[in-house]
Amino acid sequence: MTKVFTRPYSLKDVETHYCGGCGHGIVHRLIADAVDELGIRERVVGIAPVGCAVLAYDYFNFDVCEAAHGRAPAVATGMKRARPDLIIFAYQGDGDLAAIGMAEIIHAANRGENISVFFVNNAVYGMTGGQMAPTTMIGQKTETTPRGRLMEQEGSPIRVSELLAQFDGVKFVERCTITKPKNVNRTKAAITHALRMQIEGKGFGFVEILSPCPTYWGLQPRVAMKMIEERMIEVFPLGQLKDIEEKK
Amino acid sequence: MAKVTIITQRCKGCELCVESCPHGVIVMSKSLNDKGVHFAQPAMLEDCTGCALCAMMCPEVIIEVEK
Ligand SMILES: Cc1ncc(C[n+]2csc(CCOP(=O)(O)OP(=O)(O)O)c2C)c(N)n1
Ligand code: SF4
Ligand code: SF4
Ligand code: SF4
Repeated sequence: MTKVFTRPYSLKDVETHYCGGCGHGIVHRLIADAVDELGIRERVVGIAPVGCAVLAYDYFNFDVCEAAHGRAPAVATGMKRARPDLIIFAYQGDGDLAAIGMAEIIHAANRGENISVFFVNNAVYGMTGGQMAPTTMIGQKTETTPRGRLMEQEGSPIRVSELLAQFDGVKFVERCTITKPKNVNRTKAAITHALRMQIEGKGFGFVEILSPCPTYWGLQPRVAMKMIEERMIEVFPLGQLKDIEEKK
Repeated sequence: MAKVTIITQRCKGCELCVESCPHGVIVMSKSLNDKGVHFAQPAMLEDCTGCALCAMMCPEVIIEVEK
């Protein structure tokens, strides 16, 4: 018998602190798989966000640095400019990236830094107890929008991928999800592509991943996955928004 | 026949593996693990094709598949 699926070497053999059914664990595994397959474990550095994934350095079996809330793209910029031989990725939630860190991500993207950013969009602030995020959908109930987000009061959900794709400095943008094995594999391909482009010096790559927070959506994990397919994809359409390597 | 191994003590009972198995191989236990959750366990192993769809969905990455 041969092993057809086993834990990637780049993911430590430890239990996570994530809630059951949380998407962060799946995304961690995909990044670790991609790092193994690209053979870059010795020269990759991840930057963890403030948010539920703040302890990512306990899970990845390679170097990980923790940045101040939302500042991962700025830290990544400094690291990459000082050490262009390293492969740098930022891992960020929607509160981290699209609220407090909105300035950092926009300017890093616009400068076309040769880094990769993995953006886990679960439409709430998980770590702090399920408050509204900039990506919360209209009508979605959260701790701070108990009657549902109202366009007139809180504005509409920010589509970060669309926002960044317009910049000339941005070379690759794709929005994926992890609701079923097919989508999980698609996400892994996008993560691998972004990292490969960085290795080849081709510039800024961004992968947005629609991911469940069953705890603060108040849904069973399998129902949370259905919610992404039935409601979230409508607001945040899946697919590649930009790829300079297309049609060559 | 393929083989699925689950580290049941680390299972958080999310059932995403159960949901993704096309052959109903994995079922939830009646008993609890040390965490106090009903854990996933391979039951009808003779129906397992080794497709690893269950393992791809496990957020804890505690499922190993051999073929
Ligand atoms: C400067 C600062 N402001 C606010 C906070 C509180 N805080 C911690 S995590 C977080 C948001 C996390 O949400 P998200 O980025 O969506 O990640 P998730 O936990 O959902 O994965 C906030 C506001 C903080 N730690 N530091
Ligand atoms: S609160 Fe939400 S995002 Fe945080 S670990 Fe739990 S399910 Fe995941
Ligand atoms: S390997 Fe495939 S058939 Fe076997 S338990 Fe997992 S999902 Fe089911
Ligand atoms: S997917 Fe993993 S954590 Fe969830 S029930 Fe199955 S084995 Fe347990």
